[in-house]
Amino acid sequence: MSGPDRPPADFDELVARPARWLSAEGPHADLVLSSRIRLARNLRSVPFTHRAHEEQLQGVLMSVSGAAQRGPGFAGSLLLRMAELSPLDRQVLVERHLVSHELGDGARPRGIVVSPEERLSLMINEEDHLRLQAIAPGFQLTDAWASADAADDDLDQSLDFAFSEEIGYLTACPTNAGTGLRASVLIHLPALVLLDEISRVLKSITHVGLNVRGLYGEHSDVMGNLFQISNQTTLGRSERDSIEILERVTRQIIETEEQARERMMRDARVQIEDKVWRAYGTLRHCRTIHSREVINLCSAVRLGAALQLPGLCPLHVINELLVLTQPAHLQRAYGGELSPAERNVYRAQLVRERLVAAEPGRSA
Amino acid sequence: MLCQICGKNPASVHFTEIHDNKMSEIHVCERCAEEKGLHATSKKQQFDIADLLVKMVDDSTGTEEERVGHVQCPRCGLLYSGFKETGRLGCADCYTAFQFQLRPLLRRIHGDTRHRGKRPVGEGDGATRFRQIQRLHDELQRVVEREEFERAAVLRDEIRQLEDETRTGGEGKP
Repeated sequence: MSGPDRPPADFDELVARPARWLSAEGPHADLVLSSRIRLARNLRSVPFTHRAHEEQLQGVLMSVSGAAQRGPGFAGSLLLRMAELSPLDRQVLVERHLVSHELGDGARPRGIVVSPEERLSLMINEEDHLRLQAIAPGFQLTDAWASADAADDDLDQSLDFAFSEEIGYLTACPTNAGTGLRASVLIHLPALVLLDEISRVLKSITHVGLNVRGLYGEHSDVMGNLFQISNQTTLGRSERDSIEILERVTRQIIETEEQARERMMRDARVQIEDKVWRAYGTLRHCRTIHSREVINLCSAVRLGAALQLPGLCPLHVINELLVLTQPAHLQRAYGGELSPAERNVYRAQLVRERLVAAEPGRSA
Repeated sequence: MLCQICGKNPASVHFTEIHDNKMSEIHVCERCAEEKGLHATSKKQQFDIADLLVKMVDDSTGTEEERVGHVQCPRCGLLYSGFKETGRLGCADCYTAFQFQLRPLLRRIHGDTRHRGKRPVGEGDGATRFRQIQRLHDELQRVVEREEFERAAVLRDEIRQLEDETRTGGEGKP
């Protein structure tokens, strides 16, 4: 395995390392897994992706990837062409939150430029010509915005973006027009779910114009008490104002979750510890397990690790399991295709090995 | 008030947004809310506003002809009816071609029709100044978080000066 400082030479090296956003570093990493900024942009001279010809999209792929690799933000980055990747490898990128389901189909000239440690990535020829993404571990929206903003400026030096004075950046879907910004946090709220207070919280989130989704974005179910909260509108507010609103609401949610955790530990410590250790026991000793069950059990263990119950593995190990146990990652680690039943057996083995390696007193 | 999706049942689920003292709202009925996963308690908790778009487009104002979708983008050839089917525009010029239909739609989606964010580099001195102000604001926020108040005071003065220049120069965004 290569050192963490050297940029990945190819796809194999990229996926051999855990993405930096899973590292459980950064402020409030016990609750907030990651902070993400996405900016949608289009080239003025080319029809939007779904109306453009194959050659035009090839041109977009060339010029955008070239522009990205000239800028400092994407120094040492890797260009991956979707058509050159197997369906399994494309799915690996979806599971790592590097590409969307739409880009994951590989049907048209599409690609992704990804910086070392996956801090910055650029989806090319998705719904919009460019979708720039900055992702940081923990609650660091301002930092993620600073990276995305600077990379956007660099791209802007050599690309002519579709922009109007009145409407701002023009996008294929009018829901993204204006700033083209989607700012989001992936947050773990087990105490609010356990205490049955989550509906009230989610209701208040949608009331202030924010959106709630599951771990894998649009159309994904909420699993493992993980929620993605993001801005919904892109016109009428600056990027900074939209981010500030999300930050403010996230801070309130963090506070509410922390209070719920305190109350829970005060009133039902034994029951909570029991739940955490039973979940850990199942993960540590299972022989066949579905990915959904891993995510749900990881939620309990994650809560225990965040509450600093002695003897549990570190948070980053749990974060990494969420991605490594997904079907495509699993099959890539195995080195071949597996049926769903075989996957469940191999998944159980991988989870056990990871947890054993992370047990206190052992070096991982 | 009737549901903005089905237009039949009374709307009982409301989404409200307030900006600049202007309020914009989306109103839907229980049944459509359930179908679209709008209830926090429902199994599907995600609400995809894009899903609502196609339905909302039908309610946009315009002449009878515009509503039937005969307006066409001169550059990419997309008919407004094509946009109504997919919820996707064809090219940057569609925003001009369909401006009268899009404006009320944008207002309903975003509660506003005016961009207030960043703009591309090289759109005049005002734009450069605007971006500089944005950067300083970002830095200001970071130094305040770190409680470096002396540095914060310097940054605040720089921002004020640039904002004054913007006002007197007349070119930049307020």
